[in-house]
Amino acid sequence: MVITGAEIVIRCLQEEKVDYLFGYPGGAVLYIYDELFKQDKVRHVLVRHEQAAIHAADGYARSTEKVGVALVTSGPGATNAVTGIATAYCDSIPLVIISGQVPSAAIGQDAFQEVDTVGITRPCVKHNFLVRDVRDIAETIKKAFYLAKTGRPGPVLVDIPKDITAQKCEFAYPETVSMRSYNPVVKGHHGQIKKALQLLLEAKRPMVYAGGGVVLGDAADKLTALVRKLGFPCTNTLMGLGAYPATDRQFVGMLGMHGNYEANMGMHYCDVLLAVGARFDDRVIGNPAHFSSEPRKIIHIDIDPSSISKRVKVDVPIVGDVGEVLGELLALLDNTAEKPEPQSLGVWWKQIEEWRRRDCLKFNQGEEGLIKPQFVVQKLWEVTGGDAFVTSDVGQHQMWAAQYYKFDKPRRWVNSGGLGTMGFGLPAAMGVQLAHPGSPVACITGEGSIQMNIQELSTCKQFRLPIKVILLNNGFLGMVRQWQELFHGNRYSESYMDALPDFSRLAEAYGHVGIKVDKPGDVEGALREAFKQKNDLVFMDFQVDPTENVYPMVKGGQGLTDMILSAEDL
Amino acid sequence: MTHALQPPPKSSPELDANWLRELLVTQKNTKMRHVISLLIENEAGALSRVSGLFSARGYNIESLTVAPTEDASLSRMTIVTSGSDDVVEQITKQLNKLVEVVKVVDLSESAHIERELMLVKVRATGKDREEMKRMAEIFRGRIIDVTDASYVIELTGTQAKLDSFVGAIDSGLILETVRSGICGIGRGDRVLKV
Repeated sequence: MVITGAEIVIRCLQEEKVDYLFGYPGGAVLYIYDELFKQDKVRHVLVRHEQAAIHAADGYARSTEKVGVALVTSGPGATNAVTGIATAYCDSIPLVIISGQVPSAAIGQDAFQEVDTVGITRPCVKHNFLVRDVRDIAETIKKAFYLAKTGRPGPVLVDIPKDITAQKCEFAYPETVSMRSYNPVVKGHHGQIKKALQLLLEAKRPMVYAGGGVVLGDAADKLTALVRKLGFPCTNTLMGLGAYPATDRQFVGMLGMHGNYEANMGMHYCDVLLAVGARFDDRVIGNPAHFSSEPRKIIHIDIDPSSISKRVKVDVPIVGDVGEVLGELLALLDNTAEKPEPQSLGVWWKQIEEWRRRDCLKFNQGEEGLIKPQFVVQKLWEVTGGDAFVTSDVGQHQMWAAQYYKFDKPRRWVNSGGLGTMGFGLPAAMGVQLAHPGSPVACITGEGSIQMNIQELSTCKQFRLPIKVILLNNGFLGMVRQWQELFHGNRYSESYMDALPDFSRLAEAYGHVGIKVDKPGDVEGALREAFKQKNDLVFMDFQVDPTENVYPMVKGGQGLTDMILSAEDL
Repeated sequence: MTHALQPPPKSSPELDANWLRELLVTQKNTKMRHVISLLIENEAGALSRVSGLFSARGYNIESLTVAPTEDASLSRMTIVTSGSDDVVEQITKQLNKLVEVVKVVDLSESAHIERELMLVKVRATGKDREEMKRMAEIFRGRIIDVTDASYVIELTGTQAKLDSFVGAIDSGLILETVRSGICGIGRGDRVLKV
């Protein structure tokens, strides 16, 4: 059957079972939008800014096991998308982005709305393509989906010039892809896995450190089974929250710059460390030289060989899919009579419990006075029974969300961990809500971040997305203010948010429900009321204590054990 | 980066061990020259993926050459870089991670051959005319263009050989030089092929 390039694009998306396409039309993608109009399998979600289209596709992908898909036009459409693409790239999120390009003959002529999209996005995609022939569209899109979701996932961009979408050719969607240059390793090396198990069984002070790779690899069940069977303590990175149930006794909390005391101490002083789908980044281990000063054996499971021994030298590297490797470890463990030595493990747990008793996340919420931001997150967790999907923006509220919302399941926590993109939370929540209609979705945000994509309240109205926006409004770019307080002599340079709108009325202007809460006693009631409203977006503006800081804290470049536990430590 | 390591003044097993450890650490951290050879799909933009990777991650490129192979769908690149062992390990891993890269090998890990081509345009008048011809012969170069005032000399060899030719002739007589960057190939049975 001979059809146009534009129709091929849509047919490919149908073949890939894409149910939502996030996008924004423009000149170069008009033929594609015309084909979109003629069918109803792929539903288009019209955002208000291309950055939000990518974040929404990203939120959709993070909260499901599927690839997120977005469509943008050439020039500014593509450049607006770049922040979203880079966000997904840093967190290894599988996306396919289709961008329009000026007609082939106009490329290189400085045409209207022309940019070198493939060139601009090259450093922030897993791979990208410029389609030069209508006959290549189907194969290219097939490859794009394959690349996005296999190996270490990531965003893949397909740039299609306008004339190519108008030309015609025979359509057949390829059933398989084979690329001689791309063959990701799936199974781990058996000998290495055996070696790893031996180390784990001989450990006296073991620690399991799991990251976003466990969530992306859908290996949370296997990780949990392994950790429970071994009886080891487990910590999750910011990206890994939910990979191991946070309410479990063996969970010692998140680690890193704002990690729990017991997690950071355990990480530093363990003698055998099992790192799974994590990458020892600067926000996790602080200063690598300080981290390496304490001798320990490290086993590192990761699908990406370049993540292994990048910042920290590893003793037992295992390249492979984390689910596969953990499965094999479990099977080996089942077939051996050996067990970790209970006595030394007991001594280690005693030490961990002692660290835990420091209760590093305690805070004081008075009955009167200002609302503590931590209190709002804690109440949110209680009110939602710990079962909501939570997206966040970037800053203090993000850390409080990570610390006080206890995620027991993977893919429930959606945040921009690697790039740290303010403005991520609301559009990401749109993708999550569309993927999980009927499930509670909360967007924890700040008054700085929300204003970076607040126009999406309009999209939420159009598509009736009953997101609950939890704004922790402290009138400051809080994390910037915190650093200025701690490291820049209280000189709050440009971190005060003046001339803020009345957010509840702004939400009402968009057609949503707006609530303003400024008393601690009203927090729980407001949240309960909001989550009862199943059909409405409720925007809750919590006026919180502007002086509150995120603790514990490891200063940038310092060792994990140099923690500021509270303001009294300063 | 490199600094000369003096053996300890008085020999003792402990001092020797420390000295040896320091030597090993220094060697590991020393920036060594590496010749990396790779096969990459012969697609538009492939070169910029590789060069972009080096600049984005702050890796050093001393030279880079690229041309299609006998199989026109593949290009072969030779990259001369330098870095500590850790950095070079990351470079090869990151190159392997590029979707279009088919194979990567660090040629300098074992016996290999390097060759570079240089064209030098020199002033050739009066007594210098005979001298230049003699120098070209000594270095087994060929004069491939002649005018009444200049020669173009073609020279192939290792980087060191080309450097020494440039050093051996009167620098005032050099009008221009152009070098290709090196091509490398493994010796004997080592073959880089799909």
